[in-house]
This record gives sequence, structure tokens and C-alpha cells, in this order.
Amino acid sequence: MTTWYGYRRADGSVGSRNYVAVIPSVTCANDVANAICREVQGTVTYMHHQGCCQLPPDLDRVTETLISLGKSPNVGAVLIVSLGCEGTDHARMYEELKATGKPTEIIHIQELGGVSKAIREGTDIARRLVMEISSQQREPADVSEIVMAIKCGASDTTSGMASNCVIGYVADKLVDLGATVIFGETTEFLGGEHLLAKRAVNEEVGKKIFQIVNEMEERAKSIGCDMRRGQPTPGNIAGGLSSIEEKSLGAIVKSGTRPIQGVLEYPEHVTNQKGLWIKDSPGREPEILTGMAATGAQFMCFSTGRGAPQGFPSMPVIKICGNPNTYENMKDDMDLNAGLIITGDKTIEEVGEEAFALLLEVLNGKMTKNEAIQYFSAIDIHCLGPVI
Amino acid sequence: MEELKIALRVNDLDNVATIFANGIKDGMEVEIRDKKGNKETVTVIGDVPYGHKIAVKDIHVKEQIIKYGEEIGVATHEIKRGEYVHVHNLDSMRGRGDLEKETVQ
Repeated sequence: MTTWYGYRRADGSVGSRNYVAVIPSVTCANDVANAICREVQGTVTYMHHQGCCQLPPDLDRVTETLISLGKSPNVGAVLIVSLGCEGTDHARMYEELKATGKPTEIIHIQELGGVSKAIREGTDIARRLVMEISSQQREPADVSEIVMAIKCGASDTTSGMASNCVIGYVADKLVDLGATVIFGETTEFLGGEHLLAKRAVNEEVGKKIFQIVNEMEERAKSIGCDMRRGQPTPGNIAGGLSSIEEKSLGAIVKSGTRPIQGVLEYPEHVTNQKGLWIKDSPGREPEILTGMAATGAQFMCFSTGRGAPQGFPSMPVIKICGNPNTYENMKDDMDLNAGLIITGDKTIEEVGEEAFALLLEVLNGKMTKNEAIQYFSAIDIHCLGPVI
Repeated sequence: MEELKIALRVNDLDNVATIFANGIKDGMEVEIRDKKGNKETVTVIGDVPYGHKIAVKDIHVKEQIIKYGEEIGVATHEIKRGEYVHVHNLDSMRGRGDLEKETVQ
């Protein structure tokens, strides 16, 4: 049996980190949340751009995503920073997060008499919360309690032949051990959705996969242009990927080969879903990383070919590089060299086992390179409607 | 003698192979290999950057281009065996809002 050590939460989930999350309920509260975060060690914040002057379904989506971020097992306590007049439901955020049993507090900038006063008040609260959760010890946890998010970014043709194969190997292994694995990037199913639908546990899930791909494609097509340059990106194209179909077929390799249990909505937080799941999400980093952290993933395996350095404040991100040239060039940002598969020096299984050993270390507290370089402030929440 | 550069063909159905080597120039010979270890030599047509593709057989206009055993687009030009295949002679068939616009007009 493989054991790892994490922070056990009141809801039964286990975290790989123990942060106080300072959550701005709306983009207009970002600067206060960020100022508090700079003052207090052990805190993280999410500098998103949503939460007001949006259509009601998007406002609900933002509220629910922020609640799910607070529910993350890597978060030990929450301070919500509200402006006071936003479109999101800050009272609901507070109630639902309080109900999880985590220490939860809220401040309102307008009510406190402005930015400086809110920063002072919030800093005092955040310091108290950090001290309160700091005595929590790591406890043994089973492999089946792992929730792994997977993603590929700044892909090239090595991604589908090396780094995504490594993640696919790890995904299969974790699913077989009873854990949860989440993949997404619905745009990058285009051209490969029939292969995913074949792996659906039942007809309903298969239909849902076709439905989310169709909705994503129709949204792109509604603008009346060729999607190329948006997807695949100029970097993907320079890396040899000629079409979204080619990119997708390489991207879905990272999901491994096991059955697909279902589709999670973007703000959805897993409770006890085991096995392989899809999170309906776009491919762009700021939005999908937020969606994956909201899922409750304790960490992410992130495959890249051209070298994507992005991470997420409260979710460690392990960078697995498929391109041997990029790995050598960006060693300080890349955790694992899957390029050795391309050069013929290692097999997928060998690098897969290295990745598995590394992810257990990261769950136990080892810093990823992304955490060390602290490159994770550019995040956002994926919305469907316009800003109005 | 310098070792032949390799082009990888990942599925039997594929009509393209990917070259993971720097400095592949027009007229150079590369060895196409598949997963079973079959090998054949081909002369490259065009300069091919690292990680880009060549045709492993002649591909006609509107014919599907296959990688991983699946369609990745269609040929927009006649493509010769060994020729560089990329956005200049391969068209994506997905997310094409521009094509629908033309049909509507």
C-alpha cells in the first residue's frame, strides 16, 4: 500500500498544502486581497477579473467557483474580501464555506470605510487564521484519496508522443489504485471526441461528451472565422501542430485509457467521485487551472512541449516537458524531462514511474519548481456570457 | 558516415511521419520507422523544422491526412511522398466558422 501525508479536513478530504485563502468576491476587491496576502505568510489569493456586470448564470458560476476554491483540501481557512456592491453572492460564499467546518471570515471594503481600513482589518484576521491552522499536522492518507488534475499547455508534437504519454501512464495507475483523475480542455477534444465517447461508462456520458464539444465548437464558430491561431496557437503551429485535430489527438493521450465516469461542470467540486472524470473547460491556462483547483485537486501534472511556466496559487503544478530541447533550455521551470523518450534514452514507463514517485513527494510537501519561482498570479474564472 | 535521421510513423494508417531532428533540409534522406520496427528511406522535399511532419506516401487534394490513425485535416495541394506537411498544404476541418459564413452567404 502506498501512503502519503496530508492535511485532513472536516469534510474528509486531504490537502497537500495548508493555506489561508484570501478570496476576492469580485475583481474590484483584488487589490485589498493582494495587499493582505503580501503582508501575511501562508496566505494565497486569486486575482480574477469577474463578479460584476455579468449575466446571472455567469454570476452564479463565479460565486460557485469561488466557493469551490475555498473548499479545496489545500485550503485550511478562508477570508473572503467583498467590496459590498458586487454581483456575486458573498453571503452565500460565507455561509457555504463556514458550513464546511473551515475557519471562515468575511470583510466588506465599503462597510469598513475604505481600502486602507479593509487592508488593516483583513491583515489582522488573516494573521489570526494562519496561526490557527499552523498547528495542524500531516496525517497518513491513502492513494485512493488523491485527486489529480492533468493539463497540457504550450504543446508541440512532442507532447502527444512523450509528456502526455507519461501523464496517461500515471492517470491509468492512479485510477487503478482507486484515486480520482480530472482532465479537461474541451476545445482540445475537437477531432478526438469519438475516441473519448467510446470510453464513456454509459451512453448518457458518451452523449454528454459530444454535447460539450459541440457547444464549445459552436461558440467558437459563432464568430464566423477560422479558429486557427486561437487554437492551435501560433506557438503550437511553430511546434509542428498543423490543426486542432492533431493537437487534440495528442492532448487526449494524457487521459490514459481508463473508462470516463462523467462530466463535471466548470465550478463543480468533487465529493467522492472516483476514477477518471472530465471537467468542461477551455484550454487557456488561467481559466482551466482555476477550474481544476476548484475541482478539489491537490496537485496538477502539466505537460508541455514549448515550455509553459504557469501555475496556480494553492495547487502545486508539476511540469513534465516532452521536448528535450525545451527541457535543457528551461530547466529552472521544468520538473521532469520526458524528452528522454523522444531521444530514445528512456521508456514511457520509466519516466511514468519517475513522475509517480515525484507526485507522491509533492503531495507530501516537496515544492515544485513552479512554487519555487512563484509564477501563478495570472488566473481567471471561465465565463460564458458577455461582460455587460 | 552520419546516422540517418528518423521520421516516426505512430500508426499503420498514418500517411505522415514526424521528424524529431534539427536541421532537416530539402533533399536530405530520412528513415521512416513505425512501431513494429519497419524502416524505409525517403528523400525530404522542403526544409522541415524539429517536430514537423512529412508525407510517407503521395497524398491528393481533398484527401484526408492521417496521424495517430485519425484524420487531422485534409490536403489543400497535391503532396508528394517525403514532402513537408503543415498549414501550407493541410486544412483543419474543425472550428471553421469561416466556412459556414461562406455557405450562408
